[in-house]
Amino acid sequence: MTALTALAASEQVPTAAEGVFTLMWLLIGFPLAGAVILLLAGRRSDSWGHILGTLTVLSSFIVAAFLFAAEAGRGAEDRAVEQVLYEFFAVGGYEVNVGLLLDPLSMAFVLLITGVGTLIHVYSMGYMEHDPRRRRFFAYLNLFVAAMLLLVLANDYLILYVGWEGVGLASYLLIGFWQHKPSAATASKKAFVVNRVGDVGMSLAIMASFAAVGTSEILAVTGSADRISTGWLTAIGLLLLLAACGKSAQVPLQSWLLDAMEGPTPVSALIHAATMVTAGVYLVVRSGPIFQGAPVAANAVIVVGAVTLVFGAVIGTAKDDIKKALAASTMSQIGYMMLAAGLGPVGYVFAIFHLLAHGFFKANLFLGSGSIMHAMNDEVDMRVYGALRRVMPWTFVTFTAGYLALLGIPPFSGFWSKDKIIEVAFDTSIAAGLAALLGAGITAFYMTRIMLMTWFGEKRWRPDAHPHESSPIIVGPLVVLALLSLFGGAMELGFLPGGGIEPWLEPAVGYEEIEHILPTLAYPAITLVVVLVGAVWAWFVYGRDPVPTTPPAGSVLTRAARADLGGDAFNEAVFMRPGQYVTRTLVWFDSKGIDGAVNGLAAGIGGLSARGRRIQTGFVRSYALSMLAGAGVVIAALLLLGGRL
Amino acid sequence: MNPMNYIVLSAILFSIGAVGVLVRRNALVVFMCVELMLNAANLAFVTFARTSGTLDGQVTAFFVMVVAAAEVVVGLAIIMMIYRSRRSASVDDASLLKL
Repeated sequence: MTALTALAASEQVPTAAEGVFTLMWLLIGFPLAGAVILLLAGRRSDSWGHILGTLTVLSSFIVAAFLFAAEAGRGAEDRAVEQVLYEFFAVGGYEVNVGLLLDPLSMAFVLLITGVGTLIHVYSMGYMEHDPRRRRFFAYLNLFVAAMLLLVLANDYLILYVGWEGVGLASYLLIGFWQHKPSAATASKKAFVVNRVGDVGMSLAIMASFAAVGTSEILAVTGSADRISTGWLTAIGLLLLLAACGKSAQVPLQSWLLDAMEGPTPVSALIHAATMVTAGVYLVVRSGPIFQGAPVAANAVIVVGAVTLVFGAVIGTAKDDIKKALAASTMSQIGYMMLAAGLGPVGYVFAIFHLLAHGFFKANLFLGSGSIMHAMNDEVDMRVYGALRRVMPWTFVTFTAGYLALLGIPPFSGFWSKDKIIEVAFDTSIAAGLAALLGAGITAFYMTRIMLMTWFGEKRWRPDAHPHESSPIIVGPLVVLALLSLFGGAMELGFLPGGGIEPWLEPAVGYEEIEHILPTLAYPAITLVVVLVGAVWAWFVYGRDPVPTTPPAGSVLTRAARADLGGDAFNEAVFMRPGQYVTRTLVWFDSKGIDGAVNGLAAGIGGLSARGRRIQTGFVRSYALSMLAGAGVVIAALLLLGGRL
Repeated sequence: MNPMNYIVLSAILFSIGAVGVLVRRNALVVFMCVELMLNAANLAFVTFARTSGTLDGQVTAFFVMVVAAAEVVVGLAIIMMIYRSRRSASVDDASLLKL
């Protein structure tokens, strides 16, 4: 690592887009056009829809590569480029332009989204081959990629919010893709509703930033963080944290992520491993100066990150569904990223580094599980796997690559990123460091459990399972992602311009060196020991005796972990039931009270008219009597009030 | 000659006619009572013309007589039609226009 001076906040001033940078909008334009074409063309495009869907994202990746080359060619202070597309609206004192900001942080995300996205689109061409609604799947995937790119490229919080909502919508459409399954439809609704709670935080944060600063442009808001009062900064920070929790499935808004595995596996890989769930981390890192000015909010981020990383890891140890176990792992790893992001400039670079590495190996693991599911008739229960490594060698090797990277075994990518986070956590607060270390140990445990249950042991297959290796179109992306998982650590060592990921990201997010409380080699050594302890423990539990096909009763902790550590029960007891009581009371009030009043009025008038109807007797003589009475009244009135009428 | 006597007589005749309209069942008798009421009104008009010294009341009495004659023509024609179809001259029988 090169020696870097302490820089508290980003210092970049964006230049206007020129040359190749004017093509920035194509990054979003290609997939958006793909989505629109595929949705409007309808069934006519069923035969070539998937190819168009993949080509759009590939084109975005090519443009991204060119932009990366151009950006890298510039000096380190000069790497922020802004392109304003058009004015969204200008109302009162509030002006919002649709603009794109390409700086090292968003460039990293763009490469991740388009690169991993292309691989997943290629994978989906094979995975969704037999699905009759494949074209629609690719349309939604393209919509997701477009929205996610808008999210990371936006130069204004309101435009970021547009992308934020777009990825939420795409996630809803894709989780509930197999809409005939009630469980999938329910899961997509759950994801959307929980996300919505976070979105309240986002919209309130935008309103707060407008109230405090007068604009919602990101660089303007973060640039004026030293002039706004701490109260405002804390409010904005906590609201942004709420938004991030919703999108990134952090405690307390984590309940939707495991149910989201109802969607097809490429969706789980792209949205719920590599990209959408990382949007929360992006938001926190992008708004860095706000959190730095509000220690309460920053500490809240650290607590959320630390709690979630242990929470997700514990849940992952008890899940027999391979996708749910990997989803719990995602929740936990994003906890790492949030923890690092909460630590301030010392941790931003490592949060993003881990995000990128995690994108590689988690997408690899999910796609690998998809390959396994394809081979095992869409079976997800690991208790009926076993001894698959001889039948599916390619998937086994790539999955193992992802496993080693996730555990943090040197010299693979996870080691470089996760260890740095543990190091920085220890140096800031012993408690956070211990939580991160514990999480690493539990991670090793459950990942080794997955490996042993799936690939080793004896065959526990169902009678109709005939597993075989998947086709090249599925295995190809697995190989590429495995290579990235293994060697992605090179980002730390200097494969990027300037010598590594710290110099690359430092102008965008700021980087501070922190004083180490232990000798430098102590951290990786301790982490490696904890990881090996976790892995060996898992071998003792799952590796020696055959794995039972029916889940055993398990201890209190196991049963709690199977029930998502009470996440759903908590939501039900605290939010759903009281809300249901409130709505039922309102419905009762509406039907008895308001309907009663309206119906009562109608009945009253009906009754009066029924009484009044009896005047019509049909007898001429009674009419004559009423005429006489009426004449009498008129005469009486004339006599009494004669003078005044 | 006290005009008050004539007014009292007119009032008595009018009341008898009104009660007769309300109480009697035969349509022809009801009509006769209506005529009685009209003639009572005529008497009142003429008396007031005499007391005020103008001729307006007497001219109005002529109008009333013309109206009475026209009304009798139309009314008797209707009663004849009803009697022919129903064989009854009771006013209570034609009571179908009720709710």
